[in-house]
Amino acid sequence: MSMGVLTSLWNRLLSSRVLIVSTLVGLVLWQAAVRTLNVPKFLVPAPTDVLQEFLSNQAWYWNHAYYTLSATLLGFAIAVVFGVILAIVIISSRWVEQTIYAGLVAFNSIPKVAIAPLFIIWVGTGFASKVTMAAVISIFAIVINAVLGLRSLDPDLVDLARSMGAGREGLLIKIQFPNALPGLFSGMKVGISLALIGTIVGEFVASSSGLGYVIMTAQSTFATPRIFAALVLLALMGTILFFVIDVLERLILPWHVSNRQEAAGHA
Amino acid sequence: MLLKLADSSYRPSCIQVSKGAKTYRSARGDVEALAALDLDVAEGEFVSVVGPSGCGKSTLMRCVAGLAPLTSGGIFLNGAPVKGPVRNVGIVFQRDLLLDWRTVIDNVLLPAEFAKQRTPAVELRAMKLLEKVGLMAVADRYPWELSGGMRQRVAICRALVMDPPVLLMDEPFGALDALTRDELNAELQTIWMESRKTVLFITHGISEAAYLSDRVVVMSSKPGRILETVEVDIPRPRPLAVRDSADFAKATGRIRQVLARSGAIRG
Repeated sequence: MSMGVLTSLWNRLLSSRVLIVSTLVGLVLWQAAVRTLNVPKFLVPAPTDVLQEFLSNQAWYWNHAYYTLSATLLGFAIAVVFGVILAIVIISSRWVEQTIYAGLVAFNSIPKVAIAPLFIIWVGTGFASKVTMAAVISIFAIVINAVLGLRSLDPDLVDLARSMGAGREGLLIKIQFPNALPGLFSGMKVGISLALIGTIVGEFVASSSGLGYVIMTAQSTFATPRIFAALVLLALMGTILFFVIDVLERLILPWHVSNRQEAAGHA
Repeated sequence: MLLKLADSSYRPSCIQVSKGAKTYRSARGDVEALAALDLDVAEGEFVSVVGPSGCGKSTLMRCVAGLAPLTSGGIFLNGAPVKGPVRNVGIVFQRDLLLDWRTVIDNVLLPAEFAKQRTPAVELRAMKLLEKVGLMAVADRYPWELSGGMRQRVAICRALVMDPPVLLMDEPFGALDALTRDELNAELQTIWMESRKTVLFITHGISEAAYLSDRVVVMSSKPGRILETVEVDIPRPRPLAVRDSADFAKATGRIRQVLARSGAIRG
């Protein structure tokens, strides 16, 4: 099974050759444009300037990246756990659905960036506020998708389970929850990107660490190459996080429609 | 003939519907699905119910399984009144309703898990059932790797795994192609002859009903009433070719005649 997944990943890497080539071409054009037009470094640095900036402060960048990554992952994990629990509570009764769910929707319509200062007041300027922002921003996507997944249950299947003597709990564990996993995973794919945004927002508002902090301080000194280096790291981090969820989905849901084609090739 | 009557007279009644009526209430008025219907299925008997679409035959099955309550009248399974979902029946629907995330054997064993009786003995019985329908080799495959006919065989095994005395089948082969349907008809007859379960088989296939059944109950629509019960007095085991015989033609001819008279078939 894991061999199959590895092979399929390798195949996908090969098929991304076009992407790699076009990225390289883009970098070369960027470099040429900046150099020939004599664009000042503080406006748009050349790719080599960015690389040089990163290499000269490597350990420093890794430290900040690590801070941002751990806040994102921790916040995301909290969002998944509480999101799933919340979703189960929401589907369990009509009354709860109408109160909590409606409240969640109302809460989600507030731009989360606007409430970040509030969390700074509540949990301080430290690591906890970044984790909180990551969790708060990403939990909604997870709850919504988990609720949809838990609800999309075939009524005939419910009848069949009832005739087998399934109770509510058995139905939830053996049928409803596995049935909701594909939905939960699509929620998680959206959620992981949102969690990263949450962490950066938290770092923008008040912080002394993290890539968001790096960008904010660099801005005040017009250290544009530094901003670019941080942005590249963030882009890489976001891509890798998404990719990790994608791989997890393939491993956990080999039976799901979206994963069948490739799995069948290795059956 | 006399001897047969005497012989069947001491078979105790297994499924008993007495003056069973079911009315669905909707905004556009009440729909009478079943009208004071009387039906008696003896222990070990194979009875089919045929009728036009929407004649309430599926409603009848759901009521017998205790999945829907009657509006008036009563249903008794082995003498006990049906009040809620009945545990000791096996149900097969038109759609196989297999769980995508479970292997074939785990799907078959689902009722055992809900009954908290997944014992080695039951697992052995599940394997034997799969062997009987020729699916031993795919026991560890997932449902999506199977053809429609194979999937429905798995659904039948799942219905039989707890060895219930009664089997309720709601157009189980309705979604299959004609050849697969023939094959499954023959297999079902074999299984039934070995186990002698009481079977209530809902179908709109006249030939299928006559081939499988001891008795065919012909229903009319709106409201669902029993028009006539046609005895199929052909010795078993019946080869598929029995469908070309004069006796068989007599039975199916009679069923068609009754349906035509009620207006369900024109021409």
